[in-house]
Amino acid sequence: MPAYNTIAFKPDRCNGCGDCMIACARAKTGSDDPRRSRIQIAPGVINGEFSLAMCRQCGDPKCVANCPAAALTKNFTTGVIDWDCSKCVNCLLCTVGCAYGGIVFDEVARHVIKCDQCDGDPACVRACSDGALKYITTASIYNEVGDLEDLFVPGLAGCQGCNTELLIRHALRRVGPDTVVAAPPGCVPGMGTVGYNGQTGSKVPVFHPLLTNTASMLTGIKRHYKRKGRNVTAMALAGDGGASDVGFQSLSGAAERGEEILFIVIDNEGYMNTGMQRSSCTPFGAWTSTTPVGRESRGKTQDAKNLPLLMVAHRCAYVATASTAFMEDLYHKLDKAIQVSKRGFAFLHVYSPCTTGWRFPSEKNIEVARKAVETNFVMLWEYEPETGLRLTHPVDDPLPVTDYLKVMGKYRHLSPEQIEHIERHIAENIRVIKQQMSGAGAPAG
Amino acid sequence: MHSSHYLIVGASHAGLAALAAIRMADADRELTMVAKDDTLPYSPTVLPYVVSGYSDPGRVFLRDDQYFKRERASYLRGRSVTHIDTDAHVAQLSDGTEIGYKKLLLATGARPAVPAIPGLGSVTVHVLRTLDDALRLRASLPSVQRAVVLGAGLVGIHAAENLRKGGVNVTLIEIEPQVLPGYFDAEAAAIIAQAFVDAGVDVRLGAEAVGVTPEGGGFTVQLADGKSLAGDLLVVGTGVTPIMDYLRDSPVATDRGILVDDTMRTNVSDVWAAGDVAQARGFYSCEPILNGILPYAVEQGRIAGMAMAEDPALETYRGGVPLNTCSFWGQHAISVGTNAAPEGAEVVTRTDPARGQYLKIILRDHRLQGIFGVNELFDAGVMWELILRRIDLGPVRESFLERPNVTARALMSSTWR
Repeated sequence: MPAYNTIAFKPDRCNGCGDCMIACARAKTGSDDPRRSRIQIAPGVINGEFSLAMCRQCGDPKCVANCPAAALTKNFTTGVIDWDCSKCVNCLLCTVGCAYGGIVFDEVARHVIKCDQCDGDPACVRACSDGALKYITTASIYNEVGDLEDLFVPGLAGCQGCNTELLIRHALRRVGPDTVVAAPPGCVPGMGTVGYNGQTGSKVPVFHPLLTNTASMLTGIKRHYKRKGRNVTAMALAGDGGASDVGFQSLSGAAERGEEILFIVIDNEGYMNTGMQRSSCTPFGAWTSTTPVGRESRGKTQDAKNLPLLMVAHRCAYVATASTAFMEDLYHKLDKAIQVSKRGFAFLHVYSPCTTGWRFPSEKNIEVARKAVETNFVMLWEYEPETGLRLTHPVDDPLPVTDYLKVMGKYRHLSPEQIEHIERHIAENIRVIKQQMSGAGAPAG
Repeated sequence: MHSSHYLIVGASHAGLAALAAIRMADADRELTMVAKDDTLPYSPTVLPYVVSGYSDPGRVFLRDDQYFKRERASYLRGRSVTHIDTDAHVAQLSDGTEIGYKKLLLATGARPAVPAIPGLGSVTVHVLRTLDDALRLRASLPSVQRAVVLGAGLVGIHAAENLRKGGVNVTLIEIEPQVLPGYFDAEAAAIIAQAFVDAGVDVRLGAEAVGVTPEGGGFTVQLADGKSLAGDLLVVGTGVTPIMDYLRDSPVATDRGILVDDTMRTNVSDVWAAGDVAQARGFYSCEPILNGILPYAVEQGRIAGMAMAEDPALETYRGGVPLNTCSFWGQHAISVGTNAAPEGAEVVTRTDPARGQYLKIILRDHRLQGIFGVNELFDAGVMWELILRRIDLGPVRESFLERPNVTARALMSSTWR
């Protein structure tokens, strides 16, 4: 079964203006009567949040099962539940089946009405100026990527709940078979990319450089293929340790020379593969096996190095940060990075929560990733020398950082002073990013 | 002898919901569905619209052959089950063949219960349960001038409306003092009955037919009050009775229907029942009740299918609540829940006779017991959940009574969105 696009509602962003209802009524009936809208917003009963009644386009729809006249059908291509006026007998049994108020009788039209997502361009979403309604099209990306060839082994040795498999598989599908992958020591080869027992773990050539020389080796391979006249993508899948610590010299050099490389960093804030030691990307206060928590030591005492900003300072052809909680954003950046890597150095930094090393339940990975963004603990942006740095997912009204810190074990010991330090660091980070933005497009100093 | 892991007897809503539920959990094991009619599956509920000509009889089918092919299910049409050997796990079909099964679902539905009125057997009686019934009734319409409809339940009033729309003189006879007993109270029923009177239907409530005699091409119906009615088309819609003849000499326990537990299983292992034939726990009393309405056929069929396929996501039956929707002369009535106000219940009614509107809400301990509306629209499915979940309406009582639908949606939004 394919994935489908959907209309998402964020009650905390809704101010009840009703523009969506009028837009829907206009689009569907030509009238301004909000009662005829397929989307109904009303004041809720808790916290003053607004409530939504609209068709969920259920996967196993009860309205369809309840229809005696075969007038309702789930369209497995679009995911929308289609209503056939010529078959409907107006019995309203569909309204009995729906526990969401998603199909209702229109007293003017004298028949039931329901949302059809406006053939992929919902009028309600266009009318919403507060970001409460969003048309989520991530599904079409999954379907599209799902049709591409999977270039990674079916089985792998990652920890349960790790999002790195998703990153490896989708990056490989997207970049395609004409690729050479460098996987320096870390979780990516540990999960099976470089293979076991003399067999590789991917369907493209893959090699295992040292932590120190990933970018240098890729440089040589890329130049060799170029000289041979072959258009091959040279892609690194490196951890934060390999990129920001001992691997930084070769990375910096390749970036400075503008090598045509796609360098993807999967940042799980430490050497998680070898026993969760700290790296220069480990944030302040975090527990790791080398920044333990005891009577004296209370986690890491230094702030994380902001590696992607360092890459901006290299004036790379493309630099971006991404999160698996925001896949549309990630795919946009992945596509752009692949494209840019044909002419210069493209650097994609993906924040990757680690279930084992950060100590949170395996089903919470995406939630942790989302909270990191929603608290501004990490920021999603992209940079090109011509246009400068721009936030791709600005969070103007962030959640308190404690909402992020409390969802995992590695910050459980934090004192109020340490939390204050982290808050100050986030504020400083925002200032630095804003400075970068105001200096957009300025020539390198 | 042919054998199938899953055998579903009956091809209407309960059987189809079970098939879908089984295939969600078990895509592979052999599945056979036996349909009494020699057609693709259809719903009895659509039949009045076939009679009136509103629905094209060729377009009412709920599934096509492709569906069964896609779901890898054999669809045996035009056959009924005549006997079941639950020890040997074998069902005998009306064509003389036998099918072995591992798991059996009885979704054989119900047939019209024709009352024992003297003389009824001597005239042509129309009922409305199968597509054949509907086509036969439709074919007889052009020559009909005076129709008598026995029973003012959903089938009876639908038939009366559609006959009247066809220009026929119609008399509607109901033994109870109101139309749609069981779903609506007297006041709501009076609004509905009035619509029929206004449309020129002769509505006789509290009237009992005591005899029928053939006369010319037609018949005469004698009523208990001594009056008599002449007609040339007799439609009987006096309720239905579960079809379970094939359970004679069977250990499967029955009462008015086949008794089932909260997973729709009968007292015999590997045998389930769902839909109009099943007698499952009632929501209010916990006694097993017949609740022969479409949404419950779907619900019970789904639960039975999940239980048969051992789907770990199965949640047991929450009990049957009476509910229904009724369209009449372009108007709408919806009932969700019990109309019988229990002791200590709070009953709130609101009427607007000018607009033909009626709303009644029954609360008990701040929980919704039932809500009934005539030309008062609300989300029946949302109300149904409020009842089943026993949602505490105490904190929102005033606004619920004032604006039940908006409040119910807000509760939905904060409870199960």
